[in-house]
Amino acid sequence: MQFDQILQYVLSGFSTGAIYALIGIGFSIIYNATGIINFAQGEFVMLGGLLTLSCLQIFNLPLWAAIPCAVSASTVVGILFERLAIRPLRQPTPINLVIITIGGSILIRGLAMLVWGKDTHSIPAFSGDAPIAIGGATILPQHLWILAITLIIILANKLYFYHTISGKAMRACAYNRRAAGLVGIDVRRMVLFSFIISSAMGAVAGIIVAPLTMTAYDVGVMLGLKGFCAAIIGGMSSGISTVIGGLILGVLESLGAGLISSGYKDAIAFIILLLILFIRPQGLFGKADSERV
Amino acid sequence: MLEVSGITQIFGGVTALEAVSFSIAQGDITGVIGPNGAGKTTLFNIITGIYRQTSGTVQLEGRDVSGYPPEKLARLAMVRTFQNIELFSGMTVLENVMVGMHTKSTSGLLACALKMPWSISEERRIRSAAMKWLEFTDMVAYADTVAGNLPFGKGRLLEIARALAVEPRIMLMDEPAAGLNSQETVALAKLIKQIRDLGVTVVLVEHDMELVMDICDRIVVLNLGRKLAEGTPREIQESHEVIAAYLGDGD
Amino acid sequence: MRRDLLFFSGFSLLVMLAPQLFKGGYLMNVLVFVGINTMLAIALNLLLGYAGQISLGHAGFFGLGAYLSGILTTTANLNPWLAMPLAAIIVGCLAGTIGFPILKLKGHYLAMATLGLGIIIYIVFNETIELTGGPSGLSGIPNLKLAGISFDSDVKNYYLIWGMALAVMLFSINLANSRVGRALRAVHDSEVAAQVLGVNARLLKVQIFALSAVISSLAGSLYAHTMTFISPTSFGFNFSIELLTMVVIGGLGSIYGSFLGAALLTLLPEFLRGANDYDIIIYGGLLVVMVMFMPGGMVRGIPAAFRKVVRRKEVRDHA
Repeated sequence: MQFDQILQYVLSGFSTGAIYALIGIGFSIIYNATGIINFAQGEFVMLGGLLTLSCLQIFNLPLWAAIPCAVSASTVVGILFERLAIRPLRQPTPINLVIITIGGSILIRGLAMLVWGKDTHSIPAFSGDAPIAIGGATILPQHLWILAITLIIILANKLYFYHTISGKAMRACAYNRRAAGLVGIDVRRMVLFSFIISSAMGAVAGIIVAPLTMTAYDVGVMLGLKGFCAAIIGGMSSGISTVIGGLILGVLESLGAGLISSGYKDAIAFIILLLILFIRPQGLFGKADSERV
Repeated sequence: MLEVSGITQIFGGVTALEAVSFSIAQGDITGVIGPNGAGKTTLFNIITGIYRQTSGTVQLEGRDVSGYPPEKLARLAMVRTFQNIELFSGMTVLENVMVGMHTKSTSGLLACALKMPWSISEERRIRSAAMKWLEFTDMVAYADTVAGNLPFGKGRLLEIARALAVEPRIMLMDEPAAGLNSQETVALAKLIKQIRDLGVTVVLVEHDMELVMDICDRIVVLNLGRKLAEGTPREIQESHEVIAAYLGDGD
Repeated sequence: MRRDLLFFSGFSLLVMLAPQLFKGGYLMNVLVFVGINTMLAIALNLLLGYAGQISLGHAGFFGLGAYLSGILTTTANLNPWLAMPLAAIIVGCLAGTIGFPILKLKGHYLAMATLGLGIIIYIVFNETIELTGGPSGLSGIPNLKLAGISFDSDVKNYYLIWGMALAVMLFSINLANSRVGRALRAVHDSEVAAQVLGVNARLLKVQIFALSAVISSLAGSLYAHTMTFISPTSFGFNFSIELLTMVVIGGLGSIYGSFLGAALLTLLPEFLRGANDYDIIIYGGLLVVMVMFMPGGMVRGIPAAFRKVVRRKEVRDHA
C-alpha cells in the first residue's frame, strides 16, 4: 500500500520533472550562448499552451496541426523579444539584463491576459484519459506523451549540438564568446538561434503539460522558476545533467506534496535552489572550477 | 620588507609560476621584468591577496601573510595599482581618493547616517588628507571631475593618489607606464622617486626598460614562470641569460 | 553639502504642507501609501543603486515586518511601539545571517536566490495559518498611539508615515555621502580596487543588505499598524517586482529618484482606475522602455531630455 503510493508519487514526479527539464534546458541554452538568465523563459511555456488552445478553438485546427502552429508562433515571440529588447540594449550590464527580461516577461504576461483573459483553460489530452496501471500505481496516457516527447527533444538537441555546424558553433560560443567571434562565428546569430531553440522548447513543454494541469496567462511564472531550479541543479548544462536536475526536482516535489504537505510543495523547489546556490553553485554534477560569479 | 619564498602557482595543470623566491629591502624601488607570459602579473596577484598560491609563502615585515585577503593587507599598509586602471568611474576624483582613506577612518554605518559629531570631524579630516594627495600628484584641478571622464594618463595618476591615501609602507604598481606618452612617463618616473622619498617601498612590473633602468635600485627578472636573475640594473643589463631570454635564443 | 540640506528642507516643507492643499479626502490615503513605498524604494535603492546588489525578494522583508508587528501586537499583546523595533531587529538578524551566503552570488544568480527567498517567505505567510491567519489574513492590528493621539485617520497617518519617510530619506542621504556610502559605491564600480584599498566588500554588502531589510521591516510595521489588516497577497513576488520598477524608473542611486518612482507607481493605478487589471502591462512596459531609453531613471533622464529639447529649440531660434 505504502509502496504503491510512493510509486505513484515518483511516476507523477517524473512527468512534471520532465517538464522542468525542458524549461531548464531552455534557460541553459540561452545562458550558455549569451550569459543571460532569461526571466521571460516561463512565458514561452504559457504561450505554447494558450496558443494551442486558440489554434484548436478559433481556427478549428486538428491537434497535430495546432501544435506546430503554436510552437512556431511562440518562437516568433522569442525572436521579437531578442530583437526588440535584448539586442538594442545600450548598457547590457547584468542588472539591466535582469530588469529587461523581467519587464519583458511581465509585458508578455499582461498581453496574454488581454488576449485570453484571467480564466484557466484546458486542452484535451493527446490520446484520451483512460488510466494505465503500472504495478500498484496508475498513470495517464498524457504522462507517457510527456516522457516520450521530452526524450525525443533531448535526443534531437544532442544531435544538433554535436553533429551540425551551427550546433557546434553554439557550443563554441558557450566556451568563449570572443574567441568564437574571432574564428568567424556570427555570435549575434547564435544568440538569436539560442532564443529560437529555447522559446520553442518552452512552448513544447507548455503544450504537453497543459492537458494535465490546465493553463492560464500566469502559469509561466512558477513553471519558469522551477525550470531554472532544474538548470541550477544541473549546473546550467544544456544536456543530461539538467534533465536529471528536473527529474530530481519533480520527484522530490511530488513526494513532498504527498508525504509532508501540499502547501509547502512550491517551497521545496526554492529551498533546493538556495541550498545548491549556497553549497554547490556549480551544480550537483559539475566540477568546482566553474565559478558562478 | 617583503619576502617571497617558493611561490608556485598552477592553473588547471599549467604551471604559471615555479618556486619563485626573492626579497625586497625597505625603501628600495624594485622592478619585476620579464617577457610576456613570464608570470609577473600572476605574482603580483598572489602577493596582494587576489589569487591564492598553490604553494609557497609571502612574508610582509616578518609576518606570514600568505592567503590574506586584499583588505587585510591594506591594513598592513600594502597597496597596489592595476595594469588596466580600476577607477571608481561613477565617483568624483576627490571621492576616489577619499575611499583610499578607508582604513584610516572608523565611523560605522550608523554613525555616518546619523551624522554623529565625531563622524563629521572625521569626514573633514578625510577630505583634507585626500586633497593633500591630489596636490602631491598634481591633480587638484580635477578634484570635482567624474573619474570616468578623465583622460587615461590622469586616471593613472588618480589611481596612484588613491593608493597613497592608504598611507602604504609598500606599494606595488602593475605596469604604471603602460599607455602613457613619453612626457607623462618622465613625470611618472619623477613621481615614483618622490613616493620612494616618502619612505614607501615600491615594487613595479614594467615593460618600459628605460624607465626601469632609470629608477630601479634592484631588478628581478622572471621568464616562463621562473626567476631568471636578480640584481642591480647594471648587473641585469650585463647578464647573458637575461639578454638571451629577451632575444629569444634561450637554450 | 549645504545645498543638499536646503533641498531636503524645501522637500520636507512641501510634504508637510501637502495635506493643506488636498484638504483630506481620498488622495490622503494614497499619499500614505506613497510614503510607505518611498521608504521601501529607498531601502532597495541603497542595496541596488549604491552597492550594486540586486534583490527580488524585498517584499518578503516588508511582509516579515508587517506580520511580526501584527502577531506581536495581537497574539502577544505587545505595545506597537515596542513591536516595531523588535520586528526590525529580528528581520535585521535574519537578513544579516542569510546575507553572508546569498551575497557571495553575483548578478543573475543573486537575483534568482533573492527571488527564491522572497517566495519561500511568502509561502510561509500562507501556510503557517495558526500564526498568520494564512491566505485570509490577519486583522485587528492596533493603531499606533502617541501622547493620547491614536493614529487612526488618513491625515494623522499621513504625518506619521511621512515623518518616518523623511527620516529614512535624510538617513540615506547622509549615508550615501559618507565614508560608508563612498565605500559602497566603490564596491559597485570596482570591487577588487575597493578591496585593495582596505574595504571589506563582503561585510559591507551584508551590512547594507541587513540595513535595507530593517528599513523594509519598519515600513512593513507601519503598514500593518495603519491598515490594521494584512494578508499575504501584499507581500508576493509581484510586489518585489513593483519595488524594483520604482527604483529603476526613479533612478538607481538617487534617493529623490526613489521618491519619484514610488509616487509615480503608486499614483498611476489611481488615475487608471478603469484599467485596474492591466496595470501589470504598464509596469512591464515601463521597465522595458526605461532600461532601453532612460537607463539613468527619471531623475537623470528627464532633465537630460529637457536640455535636449531646449538646445534643439535654441538651434532652431538661431536659424
